[in-house]
Amino acid sequence: MSAPATALQPLAIEVSHLVKTYAGVTAVADISFTVARGEIIGFLGPNGAGKSTTMRILTGYLPATSGSVRICGLSVAHQPDEIKRKIGYMPENNPLPEDMRVSEYLYFRGRLKEVSRRKLGPRIDEVLELCDLKRVRHKIIGQLSKGYRQRVGIAEAILAEPPVIIMDEPTIGLDPHQILIVRDLIASLRGRMTVIISSHILPEIEMTCDRVLIINQGRVVAKGTPTDLRREVLGGSHYQLEVAGDLTSLPAHLALVEPTLTVTAQTEPDAAGFRSVSLSTDRVDEIGEPLLRALLAQNVRVRSLSRVHSTLEDVFLAATRRSWDAIAAPKPAAK
Amino acid sequence: MKHYLTLLSHEVRMLLVNPSTYIAAVMFLGVMGFMFTGILESYSKTPQDTSPAQVFFSIFWFPVLFIVPLLTMKCLAEERRLGTIETLLTTPVTTTEVVLAKYSAAYLLYVSLWASTGGFFYILKKFAGDSRFLDSGPLIGGYLFVAVSGLLFIAVGVFASSLSRNQSVAGILCFAMLAGLIVGVRFLADATWLNRDIFTLAKSAVDYAQIFSHYEDFTRGVIDARQILFYFSGTVLALIFSILGVEAKLLHS
Repeated sequence: MSAPATALQPLAIEVSHLVKTYAGVTAVADISFTVARGEIIGFLGPNGAGKSTTMRILTGYLPATSGSVRICGLSVAHQPDEIKRKIGYMPENNPLPEDMRVSEYLYFRGRLKEVSRRKLGPRIDEVLELCDLKRVRHKIIGQLSKGYRQRVGIAEAILAEPPVIIMDEPTIGLDPHQILIVRDLIASLRGRMTVIISSHILPEIEMTCDRVLIINQGRVVAKGTPTDLRREVLGGSHYQLEVAGDLTSLPAHLALVEPTLTVTAQTEPDAAGFRSVSLSTDRVDEIGEPLLRALLAQNVRVRSLSRVHSTLEDVFLAATRRSWDAIAAPKPAAK
Repeated sequence: MKHYLTLLSHEVRMLLVNPSTYIAAVMFLGVMGFMFTGILESYSKTPQDTSPAQVFFSIFWFPVLFIVPLLTMKCLAEERRLGTIETLLTTPVTTTEVVLAKYSAAYLLYVSLWASTGGFFYILKKFAGDSRFLDSGPLIGGYLFVAVSGLLFIAVGVFASSLSRNQSVAGILCFAMLAGLIVGVRFLADATWLNRDIFTLAKSAVDYAQIFSHYEDFTRGVIDARQILFYFSGTVLALIFSILGVEAKLLHS
């Protein structure tokens, strides 16, 4: 089912200038992005940012107001039937019929997704194993706990081995142990299937996704790998120092180590005479050691030196804040 | 139509595991059995002109008004309320297949409920031992009428269910539409103001849509192609509207 990795890596998903308005309200405003085959991409955004709407348009469930979406080279608007065979979709809140057994449900869904009877039995066993559902295969879905239900939804999405999988908040309401299972499950699809997931849980996205798309107010406000995003949105890297001594010539000495190194914040000395100093630089690679040497050469006493590891959370907050500013101002979001 | 059978067998299975199906069936058979006993009692007191079957089927409107909304109100409204319509329509099935499968399952249940009333006549034959009670003409005609008119009634119910995500709203809507169709049209036929010359067209349309007179014809053994066409065209129209109803809700959801 999966495309060979050595192929020329055609794009699995191409979205260009997608717009969706509901009764005058713009839910999605001119979103464009592409996803390569086998990539795992994460959608991030505050509530009402247009994540679910975008996903629904990708599956062909909702029509777009304008713009185009192509999945595996096929247009969603013109070949909806073909598209539906290529997508495994798990909607928000994971709706499931209450009064079916897990295996019955998977069989029914498999038949709807045109998996042949002969292949379906072994495939159901396989996904039950993958999603750790073997123990509940004969249970009624309405009686399952949230974590199991969520995994039934994921099992259903990957059942027909579609090239593209779209999951809207797959880890919502799960406990940390179950999140780990789901994360491993999604990571195991890497390279074989193209996966789009949306989430509020940022470490989750950071750990599983190759690339992240931050959406706010129906616009893409930032995209790239988590590392790129950090650099792009927060700029360079940051260091935190605790030093004591004469700091008047510090900026000049810092410039010798790295010309872009600047002091961004400095506190008053504490009881022992140490100040905490924040530095920032455009350099991405580690410059801790030369920095330490330069400081020690100046007879500055150093109590600690650390590089600040910004989380995706910081990026997310910075990017959404930036987009709010951009919306408030008339000009489009600046990069 | 590739998935029609898959969907239909799923729907039938869901009906069979659902307790509400059995409650509806028990209530239906209880009410119908009660009425059947009432008819037999009146026959035992005084001789009658018509066969018991004819009288029995003349009260068809009563179960139709109550059972049809019960059977159909759930079918599309529930899917939308739970959100399972979203998972259903993102598989390679079409809206037409979904609506037709739900319609067929409800129709099958409706027809099998009515078919089970055949047991009443079997018991009567077995214990009365009098063949006069069982005039096969009205009996076959009556069942045929139920089967043909059921096509339209169930389609109306499915249409009502496609309009709302709330089951009770769908049920009440279905009841109102059926009451308008069965009872309302009968009242219109009796209205004197329709007899004026300018209403001749409307009058003939109302006469054409008289479900009670269709019933009389069927039990007398007159099977008119125009009446069958009335039910078939009504069914097709109601189903097309149901499909459009589901799709329109998607566009404006």
